[in-house]
Amino acid sequence: MNEKYEVIVGLEVHAELCTKTKIFCSCKNSFGAEVNTQCCPVCMGMPGTLPVLNKQVVDYAILMGHALNCSINRVTKQDRKNYFYPDLPKSYQISQFDIPLCEHGYLDILVGDEEKRIGITRIHIEEDAGKLIHADGFEGTLADYNRCGVPLIEIVSEPDLRGAEDAKAYLEAITSILLYLGISDAKMQEGSVRADVNVSVRPVGQKQFGTRTEMKNVNSFGAVFRAIQYEAARQIDVLEQGGVIEQETRRWDDANGVSVLMRSKEDAQDYRYFPDPDLLTFVVSEQHVQQLKDSVPELPVAKTLRYVKNFGLVRVDAELLASNKARAAFYDSCVSTGKNDPKLVANWIMGDIAKYLNENRIEINDTALTVENLTDMIALIEKGTISNTAGKTVLEIILKEDRKPGDIVVQQGLGQISDDSVLQNIVDEMIAANAKAVEDFKKGKTNAVGFLVGQCMRASKGKGNPGILRDMVVAALEKL
Amino acid sequence: MDICKLSATEMAACLRSHELSATEIAKASLERIQKVEGTVDAFLTVTEDEALAAAAKVDAQIAAGEQLAPLAGIPVGIKDNICTKGVRTTCASRMLENFVPPYDATVIEKLKAQGAVLTGKTNMDEFAMGSSCENSYFKPTRNPWDITRVPGGSSGGSAAAVAACEVPLSLGSDTGGSVRCPASFCGVVGLKPTYGAVSRYGLVAFASSLDQIGPFGRTVDDVSLLFDAISGEDKTHDATSKAGNFAARIREVKGLRIGLPKEYFGEGISEEVRAAVLKAVEEYRAMGAEIIEVSLPSTPYALSAYYIIASAEASSNLGRYDGVKYGFCGDRGGSLTDMYETTRSEGFGDEVQRRIMLGTYVLSSGYYDAYYKRAKLLQQNIAKEFEEAFTKCDFMITPVNPTTAFKLGENVNDPVAMYMADVCTINVNIAGLPGLSIPCGLGKGNLPIGLQMIGPKWSEGVLLGAAKCYETAVGGFAVKEM
Repeated sequence: MNEKYEVIVGLEVHAELCTKTKIFCSCKNSFGAEVNTQCCPVCMGMPGTLPVLNKQVVDYAILMGHALNCSINRVTKQDRKNYFYPDLPKSYQISQFDIPLCEHGYLDILVGDEEKRIGITRIHIEEDAGKLIHADGFEGTLADYNRCGVPLIEIVSEPDLRGAEDAKAYLEAITSILLYLGISDAKMQEGSVRADVNVSVRPVGQKQFGTRTEMKNVNSFGAVFRAIQYEAARQIDVLEQGGVIEQETRRWDDANGVSVLMRSKEDAQDYRYFPDPDLLTFVVSEQHVQQLKDSVPELPVAKTLRYVKNFGLVRVDAELLASNKARAAFYDSCVSTGKNDPKLVANWIMGDIAKYLNENRIEINDTALTVENLTDMIALIEKGTISNTAGKTVLEIILKEDRKPGDIVVQQGLGQISDDSVLQNIVDEMIAANAKAVEDFKKGKTNAVGFLVGQCMRASKGKGNPGILRDMVVAALEKL
Repeated sequence: MDICKLSATEMAACLRSHELSATEIAKASLERIQKVEGTVDAFLTVTEDEALAAAAKVDAQIAAGEQLAPLAGIPVGIKDNICTKGVRTTCASRMLENFVPPYDATVIEKLKAQGAVLTGKTNMDEFAMGSSCENSYFKPTRNPWDITRVPGGSSGGSAAAVAACEVPLSLGSDTGGSVRCPASFCGVVGLKPTYGAVSRYGLVAFASSLDQIGPFGRTVDDVSLLFDAISGEDKTHDATSKAGNFAARIREVKGLRIGLPKEYFGEGISEEVRAAVLKAVEEYRAMGAEIIEVSLPSTPYALSAYYIIASAEASSNLGRYDGVKYGFCGDRGGSLTDMYETTRSEGFGDEVQRRIMLGTYVLSSGYYDAYYKRAKLLQQNIAKEFEEAFTKCDFMITPVNPTTAFKLGENVNDPVAMYMADVCTINVNIAGLPGLSIPCGLGKGNLPIGLQMIGPKWSEGVLLGAAKCYETAVGGFAVKEM
């Protein structure tokens, strides 16, 4: 990227809320059903039907508002955004225009080691549109209205993001908060989170913003990153060649890695917003707003800082752990037993357990692992009853079955051997069998000790106490 | 006994005394429809099979000795913008010529639950836009009192069907006078309820903030009966419906204060209409009511505010007729824009297109503040003026229409003259108030003249009670012999 320029990004994030039913009717709000099976006369916009607001949507949006430090407009309304498109059965989208439910907030994000405060302009509620499908062997366009009326919140940021890295961190923070609050599945690949990306560039040091372009419906973290990089570079190119940036809407073509002009400012649609006469003003009580505020859980950034401060975790690790609600909750439960060193617990969760979860594409709550079993297992290692290696064997079992680690150790004979006579035999055998390592040691290569201890551990099938073995190996070598 | 001339209340009594069966009543209604439809043309669809099946069910209930709901076995005509499950609902538009709703409007559910016998769907101005019933894509309806004249609109079919004794009761909808105007032209009783009193679910929207479904009948009691059946909050379907604190039905008008808003008796109101209304006012004075003059100064601006608000909402409400999902579809061979343009140019009639364009214009960015926003402010003013006036009087009496029914074709090419027909009625919708139209005599050519009673929100009990007093005092309302 050209270092003479600063890249300015603002994001409009649309997140589908995981309410039980849709925003204005009693249809189920579910993803992936057979086409046109999750819709009714109301969400299909049939003549004479009327919307009735699902209060859960308001609650969810207010939760997000609190999480993003917004002020909540207790008296608000819904407006119609009028435009024609086949995926929009009423020919208007019920949204919020001049009085969003939440506004004037901020979100602190971590980009590398730097903490940045990103302004949140507004959060409003609205309904999703349907989907158009182009099927093989069919010339025309098909419409699936299952998604019509799925509740959305639109989260609009201030132009406070400086480039693709910031945008990625911001999006990750937003999706992690959505998951923390339990208000959205936040799956970009299923389209439950989508972003409109506003990009402009300006010479470093210039105060005034450059002209921005908007890219609609960018559908993955990676795509957002690539779209910003491409668009910033394109704009810089234009400026460097003496051109002017036009305010326009562009479409991000992720497959080809280019943004394409959709419509210029002159063709901007006039949405003819006006208050929806079917819904009128609604009022949320001060008490209810406060109740919702009180129910907001500890959010990822706060968790990260607590992990660093109280448990001595490295910041990157703390952030990674905190970003996953389920694992962080599991971690907190483990630590609250007070049985283990919190750092050891974090290592297990982020190491072997994470590896297992990723390989199997499941989450920690989908396994048989219990807080008690994991903390007991780690305690066995800490007490020296079993080795780290044996711990891994125990973990493999307790991930799949709810069994007591102590019992597993006994049944499988995983306990560490601390009997000197047994260990001495192993040490003698290994020294005899590894003449080269012994030679190395004599030449002053101390890492030969580690190698020999490893051999001894292998010979003991992981059961030897590595501390005792090391002492014995050193003693034996020095005697030679 | 001529069954068709019976009121709904009388029919209900005959059913209970076993003088008549529901099937006999239904058949009498269907025969009457067959006999006069060639002249009146009030119906777009007659649902003979459904009506006879509903009547048979009521007869079975009677045979089983079950308690009957008030409307059980009573024939009711339904304006064709109220959705009926499995029965074509056209809004008198080419756009919905073949639209069969898979659901019932809330009012239809309520009527069916009572065992009412729905005999068919009545003609109207297309999408309820008009005051003469001539804007129907299918046919004009004729006024039973003079078949060269219009029945009024937009619920012209519903009013004419009741006036011609095809049914004792019918439902219409009223956005700016669409129940009261045809009630007045056809010499029947028509009520536009308080906004929110009747669920709008299933009423094909014209102007959502003004639309209300309302009942027609030949007597005040019949209109009361039907109103009681359809009113009530509809929490699950209509967020604008309310459980109103309805006033009790009054039995006498003695001591009540009746306001005459001076702006409603001035220029533009024909002499015979003014005289007939004032004669009725004297009748009230004789019954012991106090008559006072009140003023609603914003009245002259109401028509402009109305056409801005109603058209704006209509332009949005009617966007859904785009050829994609149901109804008429134009050219599918070209681009998406071609399809939209041909669908909407060919599917909608001139008046509907005129209002969509007007509404689109007033909502456009740059014009919104000058038109829509100002109209909404004016709406608040008008409502406030009514509120103030109602501190001085219990209800008001005004004309319904400036004139009696005009000739078919007379105003067709003059939209503004047509709009003027609504000048006395639109304020009531703008302010969300109840308005009742009752006959108050016959003018030149034996044409009915209507009187409008306007009350505060939820005062239907006062209006219907006071209307009943008048009806009794004048010995009932005239019924046209056909």
